[in-house]
Amino acid sequence: MSLPSSTGGNSDLPLRRVAVIWLVLSVIGVLAVLFGLEPHMPPGADTAQAHEQRIANTAIAAILMPITIGVLVYFVFALTTFRQRGDVVVDGPPIHGDSRLQATWVLGTVAIVLVLAAYGTYALFTTESNAAGSGGGQGPTLISSAPAGSLQVQVVSQQWEFTYRYPQYGGVETTELALPAGRTVVFHVTSLDVIHSFWAYQLGVKVDAVPGTDNVADVTPKKVESFTVRCAELCGVWHGAMSGTGQVMSASDFAAWIAQQQTAAAPVIKALPPYHTIYYPDPVGRAG
Amino acid sequence: MTLRPGEPVESVHASRSPWLRPNVFTGVVGAAIGFIIGVWIGHRVGTHLDWVSAIDQNDVSVFGGYAFGTIGYLAGLGMLEYPLRRMLGRRPVNVIKGERGIWRYLTANTDHKVIGLQYLWGIGVFFFIAGLNAMLIRTNLLRPSPPVFSPGQYLTIVGLHGSMMVMMVSSIILGPFGHYLVPLMIGARRMAFPRIEALTFWLTPLSGVILMSAISYGGFPTGWTGYPPLALQANAGMDAYIFAFFLVAVAMVLNAINLMVTIITMRAPGLTWNRLPIFVWSMLATSVLMLLGAPVLIAGLLMESLDRTASTSFFIAANGGSPFLFENLFWFFGHPEVYVLALPGFGVVLEILPVFARKPLWGYRVAVSGLLGVALLSFMVWQHHLFVSGINSNLRPFYMLTTELISVPTGFVFLAAMGTLWRARIRYTVPMLFSLAFFFNFLIGGLSGVFLSDVPSDVSLHGSYFVMAHFHYTIMGGLIFAFFAGLYYWLPKMNGLELDERLGKLHFWTMFISFNSTFLPLFALGMMGMPRRVNTYAPHLQFLNDWASVSAFALGGSMLIFLANLVWSLAFARRPAASNPWQSRGLEWQVPTPVPLENFDEVPTILAGPYEYGDAQAPPVARLGGGPIPATAGD
Repeated sequence: MSLPSSTGGNSDLPLRRVAVIWLVLSVIGVLAVLFGLEPHMPPGADTAQAHEQRIANTAIAAILMPITIGVLVYFVFALTTFRQRGDVVVDGPPIHGDSRLQATWVLGTVAIVLVLAAYGTYALFTTESNAAGSGGGQGPTLISSAPAGSLQVQVVSQQWEFTYRYPQYGGVETTELALPAGRTVVFHVTSLDVIHSFWAYQLGVKVDAVPGTDNVADVTPKKVESFTVRCAELCGVWHGAMSGTGQVMSASDFAAWIAQQQTAAAPVIKALPPYHTIYYPDPVGRAG
Repeated sequence: MTLRPGEPVESVHASRSPWLRPNVFTGVVGAAIGFIIGVWIGHRVGTHLDWVSAIDQNDVSVFGGYAFGTIGYLAGLGMLEYPLRRMLGRRPVNVIKGERGIWRYLTANTDHKVIGLQYLWGIGVFFFIAGLNAMLIRTNLLRPSPPVFSPGQYLTIVGLHGSMMVMMVSSIILGPFGHYLVPLMIGARRMAFPRIEALTFWLTPLSGVILMSAISYGGFPTGWTGYPPLALQANAGMDAYIFAFFLVAVAMVLNAINLMVTIITMRAPGLTWNRLPIFVWSMLATSVLMLLGAPVLIAGLLMESLDRTASTSFFIAANGGSPFLFENLFWFFGHPEVYVLALPGFGVVLEILPVFARKPLWGYRVAVSGLLGVALLSFMVWQHHLFVSGINSNLRPFYMLTTELISVPTGFVFLAAMGTLWRARIRYTVPMLFSLAFFFNFLIGGLSGVFLSDVPSDVSLHGSYFVMAHFHYTIMGGLIFAFFAGLYYWLPKMNGLELDERLGKLHFWTMFISFNSTFLPLFALGMMGMPRRVNTYAPHLQFLNDWASVSAFALGGSMLIFLANLVWSLAFARRPAASNPWQSRGLEWQVPTPVPLENFDEVPTILAGPYEYGDAQAPPVARLGGGPIPATAGD
């Protein structure tokens, strides 16, 4: 980067060397992000949504790396080169600015921002790899419709646990979350009391649970694994303990599991309120 | 201030003993009396309400106590005398301004310099209390489980830490430096509305005490965000949070009007917008944010208090309300609020850099447009706090764009700083070190925000420790480092004593290193899946948590070094400071130390900008004149 001086040229300063140092460090930094950091970037690559978040995290880190290094290299260079030693107070040259450099800076930062925003928007809405919505809560309707035969799972949040209802299996309600691998899952997240947030870390799913709202997100688990479920929105005293695990299992294991759940829940299911996207449990309001 | 001929300029109380004049002690007595009256009325009203008798708690009487307590407190401080006398058509009484000694800090003094120092020590106390809460949080997180504190205690500690930092400490630059320096920097003798200025200060300790009174009701569980419906099911500690935040928001509106009117109308002749010090610009931009943002918060808090006391249902979904309403109102205020924290920091460091670089502020107009651009854009980004909330999801690209756009004007501030350092003659004084550290911290804080502005990234990081690390880098690393830069820079002018430089440098290095050591690991913790505000966590996160906790204790220790410096320099060494120890061109340094009661003998005429270092032809910053004080005494 070149900045003007009052005396004209900057031949007295090792600017070429600084630029080379910046370039080398930037290349090393970007490579380190792309190949060193990428496999560790959250939240993993177990679903298309999680993978998309990992790509976004990696891409942003890679774009920001040369900027960060550039600012730091400039500061180190300026702070060491232009240091005034001793107690004397000497004035520097009265440079007030440089309109060309300022214009370049403005255009450059705007361009970077527009690229980032365009990329984020594309990633949010693209239906490639079936990850539209990126695993975040999308309100009452999905950004892109889920494939036929998707598994609907309702996440019922209350202080301080998540329970799960499977409307395609008679609205059975379970305390454990099990999902079949390879089938698109549509989460319908709602709350019975306060605001919670359903965060399935390895799946790349984070959906706020708001009373009176059916907040949906879709995800296609691929890998048979257990994953972490945590509440990510402060919901009262036991918020810190509102966590658990879910299980992605093979399609046949899931069929067996859900059948077993239906049998076990058969006596209870008549007492449950009928499946609905939102619930208003009694009593409501302050006087409860 | 229109003072008609024949009106008194001195207080009728002047002949009384200070103990018998309105002061903070009579204010406390008034608050106690008012509180008892309010609680009594609340009980009389509340017991007839069926929704109050249905629960074992009367929020009406709690709010009544706070409301009447506030009125009693202001009456005890003598604040109601002026408006009441005006209303009754009687001659107004003026508050004492020129009093000497400790009493001037304990009364509703209207001298902006006294108010600045009141703010400094008052907010300093809250900063240390809130900082101690942070130490307790880190103590609790030393081990994954079992927690040290009960879950309710822990949430109260977290809530008090966050609320106190955002409510009281948010004014840590605007309060002390804004009030002390803005009139001095623009060549004025006072702020536009001195009584309102006194009122805004005295609301601050009151709201702090009310916030802390939540402990006596068992605390509050919502953190600083106060989201319903959690806030509606909470006990009476929530009322303390709501009322304290309400008072803070009122003080913000009053402060904003006062600063804007002062800056726009009371600049000395010759102080054109092109010559206005960048710190004054930052105060103006901050005022815009507070004036437009705080009323929305007041509306949200009013609805929340009505939901709690009058059985309305603004935020109860089952009765037709919506929790989204509060989220929107809160963050419409809340996001500008984080720039209320950041912009004064920008102003302070850009004010200090040219002095120790001995160069003009590079790209002055770019820096100013950066401040104004941030202020403008900050009202268009609030829904990035709600990316996964399920609110209208098709608006997310818009908020993604606006949020990322805000890095453009923020970049202007960096550009101005980097240009100012070019071919500079840098002196590494303590204020300069803190200013430079500001840019390092804010670089990390600002760029980490880009991850949170991008929806796919945000889904993985939202509500995690990554967010927590991000805003501590911008607020602690930004606002607080800028505050210390300003304190080491301006305190010699404000109380006429030098701070010890060696202890100052020790304070800086311990604080800088331990700050980064505390908050860098928290980014990693967030990426590994640790949510905010939890009191237990997965065992494999213990190492990083312990590292952060030990570093946080060191960060607390660095504050003790600062306290030692303060006590040593102000109580023992007491070396008088020169009137312009940094050879600054700023107008505030051209007046004698200690600053005279009326600041300037004559209204100064501004001849040049404050940053014309290195220009041999540049005239002095102002012609100060040397005549006697004109007979137009202030209020």
